[in-house]
Amino acid sequence: MAKNSLVGGSLWDNYSDIVSDRMNNPKHMGSLTEEDAKQMGGKLIVADFGAESCGDAVRLFWIVNEDTDVIISSKFKSFGCGTAIASSDTMAELCLGKTVDEALKITNIDVEFAMRDNPDIPAVPPQKMHCSVMAYDVIKQAAANYKGVEFATLEDQEIVCECARVSMSTIKDAIRINNLTTVEEITQYTKAGAFCKSCIKPGGHEKKEHYLVDILRDTLAEMAKEKGGEESYASMSNYKKTLALEKVFDGEIRPLLVRDGGNVEIDDIYFDPDYTLVSIKYQGACAGCASSGTGTLQFIQSALRELDEDITVRMV
Amino acid sequence: MERIYLDNNATTMIDPEVFKVMEPFLKDKFGNPNSLHSFGTEVHKDMIKALDQLYAGINASDESDIIINSCATEGNNTVLKGIYFDFIQNSDKKHIITSQIEHPAVSHTINFLESLGTKVTRLPVSPEGLITPDSLKEAIIKDETALVSIMWANNETGLINPVKELAKIAHENGALFHTDAVQAIGKVKVDVQDTEVDFLTFSAHKFHGPKGVGGLYIRENLELTPLFHGGEQMAGKRAGTVNVPGMVAMGYAMELATSTEALEYENKFVRSLRDRLEDVINSLDDTIVIGDRNYRTPNTILASFKGIEGESFLWDLNQNGIAASTGSACSSEDLEADPTFVAMSIDADLAHTGVRFSLSRFNTEDEIDRVIEVVKKSVKRLREISSTYVKGE
Repeated sequence: MAKNSLVGGSLWDNYSDIVSDRMNNPKHMGSLTEEDAKQMGGKLIVADFGAESCGDAVRLFWIVNEDTDVIISSKFKSFGCGTAIASSDTMAELCLGKTVDEALKITNIDVEFAMRDNPDIPAVPPQKMHCSVMAYDVIKQAAANYKGVEFATLEDQEIVCECARVSMSTIKDAIRINNLTTVEEITQYTKAGAFCKSCIKPGGHEKKEHYLVDILRDTLAEMAKEKGGEESYASMSNYKKTLALEKVFDGEIRPLLVRDGGNVEIDDIYFDPDYTLVSIKYQGACAGCASSGTGTLQFIQSALRELDEDITVRMV
Repeated sequence: MERIYLDNNATTMIDPEVFKVMEPFLKDKFGNPNSLHSFGTEVHKDMIKALDQLYAGINASDESDIIINSCATEGNNTVLKGIYFDFIQNSDKKHIITSQIEHPAVSHTINFLESLGTKVTRLPVSPEGLITPDSLKEAIIKDETALVSIMWANNETGLINPVKELAKIAHENGALFHTDAVQAIGKVKVDVQDTEVDFLTFSAHKFHGPKGVGGLYIRENLELTPLFHGGEQMAGKRAGTVNVPGMVAMGYAMELATSTEALEYENKFVRSLRDRLEDVINSLDDTIVIGDRNYRTPNTILASFKGIEGESFLWDLNQNGIAASTGSACSSEDLEADPTFVAMSIDADLAHTGVRFSLSRFNTEDEIDRVIEVVKKSVKRLREISSTYVKGE
């Protein structure tokens, strides 16, 4: 992924021909009225999702045969980018001829798949997957309106990765059952975080309520607690990590340095979800020692790596 | 279909005359200017000429420096990190003032310096979208503010800040003044002696020169810790083999872009094309052009088309061979609204509907006529699709 992410731009080159065609000539764009519903002998449903201020909004119109619950006409209007327009057009088409409950099963993954030219090649680039999510949400809103229930009642699970529709419970189960320890493994097992990547950690395309790094850390901590065993370094809070590091300094590192007339203090510790960076300042004989940047530094790092492989030590 | 390029604030086409001047340095005149043999020395006089053109272009004194580098991002990093090493780290001057509408080349670098302990004030813009002298006067701390860094012209709106007054206030309070002038060169007169700026950055590809070469002006008698250490190129102020083809091309591009005639052409002809397009946009229902045209670079329009998401508009324009740009978050690396819109307190609804048209001296009347037709057609089509557009609301 690294090489492919070095050069930006040119998103549109990664759109399928179907996506391009639906952007230019949406087939189901338009609106339906009470008059249309009357003529077709059905009930008009109008559902809105999103808002202009968020950059994406869609309105879905259905005419539903109330005897059979079948959607007999489906149209949309959209305020969104080209991907949102193409996704909404596809979504409106996929709803046609289905019952409302069947339509509820259409996800943004189905919408994206339906827009592929080649079944093995995604229809849109990963960072555009979030534009198809609204197509899924507006169906739920339309179904809620038709059934006369709240939108939330149709949300049966808490979704963490909206692009791949992966729920919190699926992610936690995958971690527990397969003993996963990295975010990459979560993505391999569940597809969560495989598309726009916003759900992996803060700083992505959009802000999320839950991030995979936090879910992984918390689940590992829960698992360790349940086992009653020693808590792993990766699952500790930053406070506990600091204590654990200091314990190694006091117990293993400083006694050896003091013996030679030197010492070391921790200048700072930087905690990233994936690694720890410990900055140190030498004191006494160590401050001027020729091997402080080589052998001694290596010794300190090795001692700390007994706690966790992803600890790096640097001198300041 | 003949394509029309209206994204000149992003980058410009290389002037064919500039390319002609550059070409020999990509072929026969390949010598390293630091070499003592004839291959090296034969390019020396061309480099001197390029420097003369650059100094003349911004009216720099011969006692000042213009460091040739790779781009304005490098120049901005050099100034900001240099100030960090020269003042923030080792003196009581730990304060930098900047604006909320800077390009990421400045704002992200300052964010980084902030993480190292620099005290930062980010000035808001006035309702007109400008940084006012009064807001700087309020924020500046005598003998504590090391640097004021305010862009000359904004890349999104084209609005031109009162750099001369701002630099004066900085100096009165013992601070240095830096301006990122990438959007100003070749569009308005840039005179470093008249404006008294201490550091000014520019990039050749914004004024019809090649990409990958830029310049940093440093006022006479000012020292700045280099960003790149190494050889003694650029008098030790920027190590690394000089990009001679780029430097020579940038010098000529500067001469072409900043001559009195060129600026007059920009201010009359390019402005007239811009105004023609802007007048038509203004005549459409529910559109807004951001910023008074009298305070903008003559080539820029940032317009909001109610009910039309910016990227879908760009797609439509592109289908018709027209290249423009959008501040719409959906087309960028993250979904945060454009900081310029946020700083200008522009309604969040409009932040997703902004489209920027930026012209150049290579655009023609016929092109603008075609753009006008396409804009009208696209606005109609996309508003028919729009779920949020209601006329007049």
